[in-house]
Amino acid sequence: MSEPVRISAPLSDEMAGKLRAGDKVLISGVLYTARDAAHKRLIELLDAGKELPFDIKGQIIYYVGPTPERPGQVIGSAGPTTSGRMDAYTPRLIELGLKGMVGKGARSKDVLDSIRKHKAVYMAAVGGAAALIRRSIKKAEIVAYEDLGPEAIRRLEVVDFPAIVVNDAEGGDLFLQGVQKYRRVS
Amino acid sequence: MRQVSTKDITDKVRDLCISAACDLDPDMSSALRAAREKEESPLGKEVLGQIIENFEIAGAEGLPMCQDTGISVFFVELGRDVALDGPLYDAINEGVRRGYKDGYLRKSVCHPLKRINTGDNTPAIVHTSIVEGDKVKIKIAPKGAGSENMSRLKMLKPAEGVEGIKSFVVETVREAGGNPCPPIVLGVGIGGSFEKCAILAKKALLRPVGTKNPDPDLVQLEADLLRMINDLGIGPMGFGGRTTALAVHIEAHPCHIASLPVAVNIQCHAGRHKEAVI
Ligand code: SF4
Repeated sequence: MSEPVRISAPLSDEMAGKLRAGDKVLISGVLYTARDAAHKRLIELLDAGKELPFDIKGQIIYYVGPTPERPGQVIGSAGPTTSGRMDAYTPRLIELGLKGMVGKGARSKDVLDSIRKHKAVYMAAVGGAAALIRRSIKKAEIVAYEDLGPEAIRRLEVVDFPAIVVNDAEGGDLFLQGVQKYRRVS
Repeated sequence: MRQVSTKDITDKVRDLCISAACDLDPDMSSALRAAREKEESPLGKEVLGQIIENFEIAGAEGLPMCQDTGISVFFVELGRDVALDGPLYDAINEGVRRGYKDGYLRKSVCHPLKRINTGDNTPAIVHTSIVEGDKVKIKIAPKGAGSENMSRLKMLKPAEGVEGIKSFVVETVREAGGNPCPPIVLGVGIGGSFEKCAILAKKALLRPVGTKNPDPDLVQLEADLLRMINDLGIGPMGFGGRTTALAVHIEAHPCHIASLPVAVNIQCHAGRHKEAVI
């Protein structure tokens, strides 16, 4: 197994362009959390001609709705949710400069086209590894939509957050490559 | 008649909610360890390693293993010689309410159209059966949406037979890909009516991972399906590999002469089940 690539977030164009499907990465820096309810509100803001609650250029959005933290904890368990639910909203955000996404499961063709066109990257974290991933989250603060509870937008500071590149800027797709390699045709 | 207090049921349900979320049962944990040994894909092995490390941390630190602590599903076997001192479903819902609050679990239940969270993970889904005896057996199976959303039910034509069942089940898993957090366990319901078939599929998931159906024909079908699914190459988290499913559990029931209902309920690796007897 190859060594992980250390990357910092927000992502530079150069770094986003260098990552390849199948790379193991450790992310350090800032991630913003958002699930479908928060995405819906972001798109409504854009439709109304308003500004987003955070500067999206170069950012990585992590699709997660954590468990509530216990007193004294930074965050509860925090593994990825299914990314496909965000597909309808994602190309619009990539156009505005969103560089990376972390979730689980496959993306739509529109999202993949947008990733390629704007040199972004889609990564997956291990679904269900929520207590493990939690350890890499050092700070969490709500930046918008507190009323959404676990679905509020949070700014996370992470160190060595583990993920795997699924869709890269050149069209590489780990889901396709993986299945092709291990499929047995009977 | 044996008197059972609903307060005891509430207390037990509270504890079950928390222990199910944090403490993976040994059948699932050993199946995952065995899968890591056998997995050929290096990335697949790495993923299985993270999954194992995760449930170890969760168990040791009393943290939910997955942030999706699920909708609360119960199977209750109520002995016919039990006299309850109050309403059963209220007692269960109160236990869920307390468990999700005290255990710092995520409340993931909302109005289906308005999408407003009920705030306490209720109402629970409760399947009750009346059995012999004077005990109350409560099984909890909290269910995350990632795998539940990839589950399917189809009313096949009887002429499609076993081949039709196989292709529907395998196609369901192929379509699901990495979404349901493979490795998965498959609960397959065959026969009954529309709703019976879905409940059979869910019930099949309550069997300890890898246990076989007593019917030899179904054992064969379970084995065939497991092989076909693992030949898909989806692998852990869909990154490619040999371990897509850990087991296929089938439950069957007689059905109408003109029907062949088949339901596939997908369970992710966070296969959280606990039970208590009062
Ligand atoms: S499918 Fe299971 S392991 Fe994956 S996020 Fe949902 S509950 Fe967690």
